[in-house]
Amino acid sequence: MHHSISLTINGVRRDIALADPRVTLLDLLRERLQLTGTKKGCDRGQCGACTILVGGRRINSCLALAMSHDGAEITTIEGVARGEQLHPLQAAFIAHDGLQCGFCTPGQIMSALGLIHEGQAGCDAERIREAMSGNLCRCGAYAGITEAVLEVQKSLGEAGERRVA
Amino acid sequence: MKSFEYVRAASVSDAIAAGSVPGAVYLAGGTNLLDLMKGGVSRPDRLIDLTRLPGLDCIEPSADGGLRIGALVRNADLAHDTAFVQAYPAVAEALLSGASAQLRNAATIGGNLLQRTRCPYFYDAASACNRREPGSGCDARHGENRLHAVLGWSDACIATHPSDFCVPLVALDAVVEIEGRSGRREVALDDLHRLPGETPERETVLEPGDLIVAVKLPAAARNFSRHARYLKVRERTCYAFAVVSAAACLRIAGSRITEARIGLGGIAAKPWRAREAEKLLAGAPPDAENFRHAAAASLAEARASGDNEFKIELARRVLVRALTLAAAGTPERVPALPASPFSTQPGGLHDT
Repeated sequence: MHHSISLTINGVRRDIALADPRVTLLDLLRERLQLTGTKKGCDRGQCGACTILVGGRRINSCLALAMSHDGAEITTIEGVARGEQLHPLQAAFIAHDGLQCGFCTPGQIMSALGLIHEGQAGCDAERIREAMSGNLCRCGAYAGITEAVLEVQKSLGEAGERRVA
Repeated sequence: MKSFEYVRAASVSDAIAAGSVPGAVYLAGGTNLLDLMKGGVSRPDRLIDLTRLPGLDCIEPSADGGLRIGALVRNADLAHDTAFVQAYPAVAEALLSGASAQLRNAATIGGNLLQRTRCPYFYDAASACNRREPGSGCDARHGENRLHAVLGWSDACIATHPSDFCVPLVALDAVVEIEGRSGRREVALDDLHRLPGETPERETVLEPGDLIVAVKLPAAARNFSRHARYLKVRERTCYAFAVVSAAACLRIAGSRITEARIGLGGIAAKPWRAREAEKLLAGAPPDAENFRHAAAASLAEARASGDNEFKIELARRVLVRALTLAAAGTPERVPALPASPFSTQPGGLHDT
């Protein structure tokens, strides 16, 4: 049985026919829509490499059935920069060496966007580390990641927190 | 993953009709179910998607003065609801100590109650597991079992229930509202999960088609808001299941405890209510000696199911610490590291 769903991905509406209900949002993005910025790490909700925003909230796309998200508004790493202009978080990751191999970076940045939107961590480094604990970095760039998120939080200030994501 | 028929339920009655058929499983947040399906541990023929059901995502006052939490409320939404945090701080702290922010955004309150054990032998389809495959045996019994149960276990199964949320809930007399083929009924959370006995595959008292539609907290549960904590020892500070955890909720008048509610996590196949300890503390001064007596009483029946003798003493100490923290007063805000006995900031609590 064929199913059809529609998703708005990075502002573009996509109508998608699914022959198999087992497809996750992660596999749909990577295999069907060629949006390979979202990474498949563990595929079991443990590493955070597949983090995307659904309705502005960060989730693990590997544990989300595409069928169950019919009508959703999705933001992936491809939708974060404006043309050649990096998002302040992307620039901060570079400035603070928040990566080495880069595999976890799209998930880290999407998770940090979600964190800033949630508005719970503020400029408290310990709350940021806790809130980013669903994203593993095998290279161990955690110190730089925390500094990058902290810098963007500070530059936004409390009032700007909800505008970024 | 085995293929399945996908059904999107439009109403609770539709869901129950579709979910009563053998091989049908309900899908909400999917954070545990999809993981189990990917591993071949859960192999449903039919998936009933509940996420579009109307009216199950509300947090609202109940007629008896308590609170009714719809089963589709997401963990993060409940944990960050300002009024909820103020009234039931130990529950919010438990929620925020579980999983990751991504998982808490997807996982639902109803699904949390029905998550399966994290016993590695249950997850490994090549291992014997009476819970996954009745009668096949239990490889955990003589395997790697340092994290397994010390209360309520049987030779058939020594797995633990992994929920943090359920631990303060069971202490606070939470009730589960269930819609089924014969109508609506309520079951105390303490009676929802079954101990393994000879039938570990029967994890709850739910019947085919039964759907959890809400979790209710009675009015009396908010009487503990000034002295309520959840404490959880993990093998790493964040994003890990409990080795042992404790919820301690006290009412203190003058120099005495008037009422105590205690739950323990990570030690049995269900969230564990420590009623004997509650009785010992009622009327007693909130001091270290009474806390130690209460903790000893809570674990009086405990026995190791393998290389986990240490969990009995650890549970006693975690409960003493949780009671000490609760007596000191609920913090103004959930700590930066929720439920953690550690803090990376100077001035954090150390052993007392």
